[in-house]
Amino acid sequence: MRTVAPDKPIVALRDVSKTFPNGVVALDGFDLAVRPGEFLSLLGPSGCGKSTALRLIAGLSAPSSGTITWASEAGMRARARRAGAASAIGFVFQEPTLMPWATVFGNVQLPLRLAGVSAGKARPQVMETLVRVGLADFAQVYPRELSGGMRMRVSIARALVTQPKLLLMDEPFAALDEITRFKLNDDLLALWQSLGKTVVFVTHSVFESVYLSSRIVVMTPRPGRVHADLAVDAVYPRDQSFRTSAQYAGFCRLASEALARAMGEGA
Amino acid sequence: MSSPHPRPPPPQPPQPERRERALRIVLPCAVLALGIVAWDLVVRLKGIPPYVLPGPGLVAQTLVSDWPVLSGSLLTTLMTTFEGLALAVIGGIGLAVLFNQSRVLEYSLYPYAVILQVTPIVAIAPLLLIYLPQPAAVLACAWIVAFFPVLANTTLGLNSVDHNLINLFELYGASRWQILAHLKLPAALPYMLGGIRIAGGLALIGAVVAEIAAGTAGAGSGLAYRIVESGYRLNIPRLFAALLLLSVTGIVLFFALSLVSHLVLRRWHESAVTRES
Repeated sequence: MRTVAPDKPIVALRDVSKTFPNGVVALDGFDLAVRPGEFLSLLGPSGCGKSTALRLIAGLSAPSSGTITWASEAGMRARARRAGAASAIGFVFQEPTLMPWATVFGNVQLPLRLAGVSAGKARPQVMETLVRVGLADFAQVYPRELSGGMRMRVSIARALVTQPKLLLMDEPFAALDEITRFKLNDDLLALWQSLGKTVVFVTHSVFESVYLSSRIVVMTPRPGRVHADLAVDAVYPRDQSFRTSAQYAGFCRLASEALARAMGEGA
Repeated sequence: MSSPHPRPPPPQPPQPERRERALRIVLPCAVLALGIVAWDLVVRLKGIPPYVLPGPGLVAQTLVSDWPVLSGSLLTTLMTTFEGLALAVIGGIGLAVLFNQSRVLEYSLYPYAVILQVTPIVAIAPLLLIYLPQPAAVLACAWIVAFFPVLANTTLGLNSVDHNLINLFELYGASRWQILAHLKLPAALPYMLGGIRIAGGLALIGAVVAEIAAGTAGAGSGLAYRIVESGYRLNIPRLFAALLLLSVTGIVLFFALSLVSHLVLRRWHESAVTRES
């Protein structure tokens, strides 16, 4: 069980807006506080700026206005924060985004290698992470030999290998079949519980967000803004029985209604 | 799996595959043999004199008897080709990397690389022969024609990197050098190898063109020089023998570079992976 602690947020976005050079306003007046240890889902239709919000948190793009404040690195200069953030953040893209020329081991080792950790020193850490995602036997295999689900596991292992506090996931399971997605949902929850990370998860699936999250932020499209903030206070660990429970159905209905209102507002 | 009825052994899948591979070797060889026989027949039946068209037997004989002369020429042409190719690979990849790192350099120099490429080498060769000593001029010609495909393909490869992977590298604070060494160059490798495969044949063409442009005025002794010389002396059997050696050189070069490409890419790239179905 996990209580949503009233701690200082790990990262807070205040009145953030993002306008792209082509004039599209992705976010406007966007506020979000990510609390330590929570599993937060950003739920919204395609093009509501949830991926943009994630990229802003990751530092992959800069906000047009507003502030992004980090708990630990507050006050650091931008460059130093970037370097510090490198190991503090893990990012999982929509696609597995693996290097086809490198083995599973090489792909997972990449963040450590870029940080200047020698291969020998990195080995135990990489292998431990591969064990966690159930890929220990596939270390020397190339990505093209793996199924879509396994590639995504490699991608998750790569994000976890630096032991980040914050894991950002951009619709990571959207391209997978349902059976694989359910399995990865369960494995992700187990990882989250055993590792005690904070997760920000972007999805357009109501069912996935309710199953995984301790909190769901529903966003309106164009411009992206927070429409509703739902606490999903069902106990963890959650498993298949939760998927069929009345409680799950209830949260799904709440989230669906919020989403429908958000769509109406945005359109 | 125990079946009560005896079954015929399952058809072996590798067999048709092996047969097809055998056909791919046997058929072109058969065409070659037919061609040689036809050539021989035409020469014999029509009584064509050897200074117009020598028969295949005479060409083979000349190849053996003139081997001391021809082998020296072959070596010269091979050296020029390999040196030209090596310089083209170094220059092409080097320039592509520089262009990739600096827009200013790319915008300033790329048009001239294109101009160098589209100007027919035959037209430049005489000038080069005036300004440079002959071996250097021949090498320069081989380099000029061979370097552009390496440059163009490597540039394309360096610009075709998965954007998410670049984001990932940035997220982990990768330096420019790290992005180049660990991401851009490996991603560009299949393109590069494709370019090099084309460059191999072109380096040979460049060397031949320069030698022919130098003609008998030059002191060169490459295969193309032998061809020009044999033409003037109406030593047509030797001309054919030299021509044969040139073709074989081109073929060997192409297959060698294809093999290198296959060996480098076979573990991961779609172009080199053999599929079961």
